Amino acid sequence: MSPSAEAEVPAAPVPERPGVVERTKQRLESLGAMTQMTGQVLSRAVRPPFDGASFIFQVETLGVRSLPIALLTATFAGLVISLQFGYFLARFGVQYTVGRVVVLTLFRELAPVLTALTVGARLGSGMAAELGAMTVTEQVDAIRALGADPLRKLVVPRVLACLLVMPVLTVFADVVGLVAGALVVNAQYAISLDLFFQGALDAVFMMDFLSGVFKGAVFGFIIGLVGCFKGLTVEGGTEGVGRATTQTVAITSVAVCLADFFITKVTLYL
Amino acid sequence: MPFAHRKEAPTFEFHRPTPGEQLIHFEHLQKSFGAKRVYDDLELDVRAGETLVVLGGSGTGKSVLLKCLIGLQRPDAGRILFQGREVTGFSEEEFIPVRRHVAMVFQGAALFDSLSVGENVAYPLREHFPEMPLDEVRQRVAEKLALVNLPGTERLMPSDLSGGMKKRVGLARAIATDPEVILWDEPTTGLDPVTTQSINSMINSMKTKLGSTSIVVTHDLVSAFAVGDRMAMLANRRIVQVGTRDEFRRSTVPEVRAFLDARRVELEPGGVS
Repeated sequence: MSPSAEAEVPAAPVPERPGVVERTKQRLESLGAMTQMTGQVLSRAVRPPFDGASFIFQVETLGVRSLPIALLTATFAGLVISLQFGYFLARFGVQYTVGRVVVLTLFRELAPVLTALTVGARLGSGMAAELGAMTVTEQVDAIRALGADPLRKLVVPRVLACLLVMPVLTVFADVVGLVAGALVVNAQYAISLDLFFQGALDAVFMMDFLSGVFKGAVFGFIIGLVGCFKGLTVEGGTEGVGRATTQTVAITSVAVCLADFFITKVTLYL
Repeated sequence: MPFAHRKEAPTFEFHRPTPGEQLIHFEHLQKSFGAKRVYDDLELDVRAGETLVVLGGSGTGKSVLLKCLIGLQRPDAGRILFQGREVTGFSEEEFIPVRRHVAMVFQGAALFDSLSVGENVAYPLREHFPEMPLDEVRQRVAEKLALVNLPGTERLMPSDLSGGMKKRVGLARAIATDPEVILWDEPTTGLDPVTTQSINSMINSMKTKLGSTSIVVTHDLVSAFAVGDRMAMLANRRIVQVGTRDEFRRSTVPEVRAFLDARRVELEPGGVS
């Protein structure tokens, strides 16, 4: 292309990026809107009519289909921490306590958090993409125009399904991670399965188990809400759907880490 | 929140209008999206039994006008009167009975991907008439699909349909509750001329078969002159002219003239098609 021809091509307009104040204002407004939606979802979740069929469909879609990735993550988490703890505890001559350490680490922390980060990314981004596509193709408007309530039809079943499936997946992750850990320390450090599980059972209290399950429920609620909110507030067509999807993964990951810290802080004193 | 719901009990009651009486009135309507002002002081009347075509270029806010009428968008200022009753401040819950009488056919049909054609058409019946027996729902669905020349398509999925078929299913869904007013958002955009003609016939047949009032927003002049009893031109953030087809053909309003003349150039031999 000659220089003169290049000069004739008009430069593409560069979209003006909002300033720090404007962006902060937008984020605060978004947070306010999400808080408002949380209240509306909770009030609908406890008031009839209840859409049981939609809830079961979401449990199947979001939960059952997430089981393989949850179990795979838990298996490797169990394998790795057992190897690590087995190796380092052997330095102090207390490798027989590996079952105790692994069970507490898994139940209280790794199973709920890793499940939330891996499965949560799948669930949150999936919900944001699905509801976002419905928003840009006016299907959400159509739901309203046909006399229905999008929060009741779309959001409540998904949030409740997340609230149920995340703790259940966490329990599965607890069991699978523990079994994987027992097998690897048995093979690697010749610690018997009996010794591993006896140590684990001696060390763990019901509160350790419940704190992990509770974390799973809180993480599920966060993932459901963020995914649905980002999907319903998509702007800017298909490009906006992509943006909402990536934002959902980033927001849920940060929110899970923050919530984990505060829940841990509280449950340690219970 | 655009999808917020309030708790007030619905109170709207619709009275069957006499043809020609004022049904809908947009009064001093103002609407902005961020810094972009869409309406400054919009005034428009819709009469019972007529097909009113709202013309205008892309991005002039034609679809927003329809959405404001049924509460999918909220105006910043001004009033919308439906049978003399102001609906502007209605809550989401109060709008539900309004939406039973005023149905919308969306630009892209907005069919629910996960539901079959039959389930899509049954959707408003289940929402507005939850007590309706299943047999009657099936019968109404079959009747409406036959009305849009798609009999026996209940089991098909939206992904199996062509663009024109989707629009017709969208229409069947919209008329499932026998609404008095049908809002058509760009009904012929993106369709081939033959399908466009069939949609135009459909709009006209709704008036004769159901006696419904229609508001059609479009920038397709051929379609506009084929279906419109009256026409309104939306330009420069307001309605610049309202009149019959003949009044529009003879219009000297610059915005209307520019719109009509641009399309005429397109249709002339050698013009851009």
